[in-house]
Amino acid sequence: MPTERLLMTGEDMRRVIARIAHEIVERNRGAGGLVLVGLQRRGVPLAHWLASAIEAFEGVEVPVGALDTNLYRDDLTSRPQPTVRATTLPVDVDDKVVVLVDDVLYTGRTARAALNALMDLGRPTQVQLAVMVDRGHRELPIRADYVGKNVPTAADEQVRVRVGDFDSVDEVVLVVDASLVAAEDGARA
Amino acid sequence: MTTRAPSEKATTSSTGTPGMGAGPRRHVLDLDDFSAAEIGALLDSAEAMREVMDRSIKKVPSLRGKVVVTLFLEPSTRTRVSFEQAGKMLSADVINIGGAGSAAEKGESLLNTALTLQAMHADLIVIRHPHSGAPYFLARHLRSTGVVNAGDGMHAHPTQALLDLMTMRRHLGSLEGARVVIVGDVLHSRVARSDAFGLAASGASVVLCGPPTMMPLDLLRANRDGGPDGGPDAGSNPGPGRSLPNVTVEPDLDTAIAGADAVIALRLQTERQAAGMLPSLREYTRRWQVTEARMALAKPGALLMHPGPMNEGLEITSALAHGPTAQIEEQVTNGVAIRMALLYSLLTGTEERP
Amino acid sequence: MSVPLLIKNARLIDPSDGSDAAGDLLIVDGVIARRGSTNGSVPDGTRVVDGTGMVAAPGFIDLHAHLREPGGEDKETIATGTAAGARGGFTTLCCMPNTNPAIDSAAVVELIVRRAAEAGPIRVLPFGAVSRGRSGVELTDMEELARAGAVGFTDDGSPVATGHLMQMALLYAGQLGPSTGSGRRLPVMDHCEDHSITKGLGVNEGWVASRLGLAGYPSAAEESIVARDIALLDLVGGALHIAHLSTAGAIDQVRRAKERGLLVTAEATPHHLTMTEEWVLGEHGRGQAGAALSAAAYETRAKVSPPLRAEADRLALVAGLADGTVDAVATDHAPHTFGDKEVPFEEAAVGLSVLETAFGSLMGLVHAGALDLPTLIHRLTVGPAGVLGERYAPLATLREGTPADVVLFDPGESWTVDAASFASKGKNTPLDGETLTGRVKLTVAGGEIAFDGLGA
Repeated sequence: MPTERLLMTGEDMRRVIARIAHEIVERNRGAGGLVLVGLQRRGVPLAHWLASAIEAFEGVEVPVGALDTNLYRDDLTSRPQPTVRATTLPVDVDDKVVVLVDDVLYTGRTARAALNALMDLGRPTQVQLAVMVDRGHRELPIRADYVGKNVPTAADEQVRVRVGDFDSVDEVVLVVDASLVAAEDGARA
Repeated sequence: MTTRAPSEKATTSSTGTPGMGAGPRRHVLDLDDFSAAEIGALLDSAEAMREVMDRSIKKVPSLRGKVVVTLFLEPSTRTRVSFEQAGKMLSADVINIGGAGSAAEKGESLLNTALTLQAMHADLIVIRHPHSGAPYFLARHLRSTGVVNAGDGMHAHPTQALLDLMTMRRHLGSLEGARVVIVGDVLHSRVARSDAFGLAASGASVVLCGPPTMMPLDLLRANRDGGPDGGPDAGSNPGPGRSLPNVTVEPDLDTAIAGADAVIALRLQTERQAAGMLPSLREYTRRWQVTEARMALAKPGALLMHPGPMNEGLEITSALAHGPTAQIEEQVTNGVAIRMALLYSLLTGTEERP
Repeated sequence: MSVPLLIKNARLIDPSDGSDAAGDLLIVDGVIARRGSTNGSVPDGTRVVDGTGMVAAPGFIDLHAHLREPGGEDKETIATGTAAGARGGFTTLCCMPNTNPAIDSAAVVELIVRRAAEAGPIRVLPFGAVSRGRSGVELTDMEELARAGAVGFTDDGSPVATGHLMQMALLYAGQLGPSTGSGRRLPVMDHCEDHSITKGLGVNEGWVASRLGLAGYPSAAEESIVARDIALLDLVGGALHIAHLSTAGAIDQVRRAKERGLLVTAEATPHHLTMTEEWVLGEHGRGQAGAALSAAAYETRAKVSPPLRAEADRLALVAGLADGTVDAVATDHAPHTFGDKEVPFEEAAVGLSVLETAFGSLMGLVHAGALDLPTLIHRLTVGPAGVLGERYAPLATLREGTPADVVLFDPGESWTVDAASFASKGKNTPLDGETLTGRVKLTVAGGEIAFDGLGA
């Protein structure tokens, strides 16, 4: 039986979003020229969440896009077949600062694929990475610029970020003995 | 009947149902083994592929290092180019075989050609063949190479049906309850057969219309006798003729087209007239040509589709073919997208193949 | 001379006199020396076979086998074909003239007779071609062929091309044959098929053909030629034999013609009697309407002409076999190479390798209660001998003093078909892997052991 341990409540997540929103604006000296790009699937609602937070205190509407990295992955043949979802960028990313948004940073392969995907779509001046949870176990030289929470994990555990759009609840949990539920969203790394 | 061996099961399981079953799908031979969910997922994925097609750099690396062979043993440019385009946009290596100078032309058997390609570690063979069942034959003999049917004789053309479904779904939304008319030479049409299976799985109803000389006899008999064709168990079968699901036959085009959501005009091979199957092309045109007046009987905004290449002025009027209801070019675009989705789905997912 | 043979305590079924009783069968010097009695002396050195639980009957006679020699030796030879026949319980095989060259001259008949004698004890009786080169135009030298040993005429593989040619053949062959006897003349056998309708395809017109996108071969394409032939027989006389009857409608026509006293005979094959068009879907006939096709579909090993038909046709055929409308079971044994069959369906050769599975699959009808065993044996012996004429009656009996053509089989033994182990070069059977119940154990032709499966 897999068991879940609560890491973050919805309230915790809201606070983290607010903090990261401030960090992004601080580091980029404002919200002008920013584009938030969520990685399919749960990075997308998180990106929208961040955009709302920025708009709330900065009064600037930051464009939000969605990026599907499946067509750029290097590990397609070792995992269950993923569904390719929409890639939509509301604005040209040339000469913009793009903040990639994802739920969990793990091996780094998704972020690597996202960088390649982004480069085929335009020439941003800078790309940054924001994640809700960094669970370690990196396989590539990639780090996040903005981290909600660092969670040391074991390889057979799984961090699951739930957001209302998909899951009817906002929370972050640690799933122990994840092999039993790997099928559910094992595609997420 | 002869007694049957229980041991025989073992020999068929390895070659059994082409797609579903346990592991991921290896072959696409027809749409008859596709569920609504699988079709829906492919169409979703094809929508994502259309976004890739719209980019200025129309290439993603997902099938890097995969080898796709198009083996076209019947003349066809558009389908082959569509597969080639799809493969290249996904960075697969696409090798085209067929036509002048090929092994097939030098008398090598299809089996040996396929085994050779497998030995060269081709990941997928896309086959077009003049004879029904040729892709099944390959699927039966290939251990590690997948097979995609790009049209076999008068049997099936699953990727054409998928692009038709995609085109209809984009414009009609759900296909549940849609009425789709397929008009023309149904007997010889692999498109009509695969469309019928795909539409049935998607909840649409299909009306087949055309000259009685170009309609499968079993469907005509079912129509005439008002019940399923065949033996005592025919009652439990899905369609009026046991060979196709959920289709009706209506010889009169005006009646067939009334209230239709979409009309698919089939290409008429003019040789059929010389073969004694039609009195004259003029009479065909008068009775079964899709015209503006006839399209006016369909639902407002009904789609007009054609698998191409068209005989303008024969099965379809020129004005309609280039008019606002025609989806001909959209079908071509969707064809590339759906083939990208299919190649992606077949060539990713698992390293180990049975 | 061969070693004397005593089959002890077998069920002896002799359809020539309707007898069916347990007893012994003694074979000495190539003839049946004693039948029934369990007493009496046997010669020194007699081989004794315990026939308990088994059936002894006259050796089977096949009116219709393609032995392929000369010209098709990669598919079969007279040596391999007769070996296959012996394994199947057949002691006499009538071979078809669609060889290369065709059996349209005395020289080819003589070649076959000589090859058969070299091959072993199984009797090979050639059918001569109706037309020179089987081209459907000129009659062959029928009298010369008959003198060389041809037992009848056919252009099998193709129909007798025109009504005119059929009329001429019935007239001419109707004057040939032994001058004594009941007046039975040399038969003209026809493969009834209207090519303009069938276009040569080996799948029945119906839902399976439609499902597979294959041009169907309708019953009407067979029945229209059967009707033509019967009408011509009525017009000019002679002896007509309908090859591989496969439809309910054709059975009706033959039944009515026989009722009118016409000299028409007919045969049906084991596959048309036991299989249906669904076998083309693969999976040993288990394919269902509404189910997705499997990769086993387009089963070329079930491609045959005429095609496997609908279940209603099969049932009519079995009924016709039971009531005698169908005189004989004939195998239409049509061996092909791997390459002939391992191609897309439309390109595949037609026909099945039948000799070694015929009896086992026919016993399925007996075990299912559709036919009684003596009737089945009649249709494999007396029936076909009657088609050939009275002079062949001694090959279809266990009467003392007749040639010892005998088969011994175990009606209850189950075995699994393994085409790779066939004596025939043709491994082309959709029954490969199927379990059949009823197995030939010993075949004796002219007193010589042609096949001995008792050790197996």
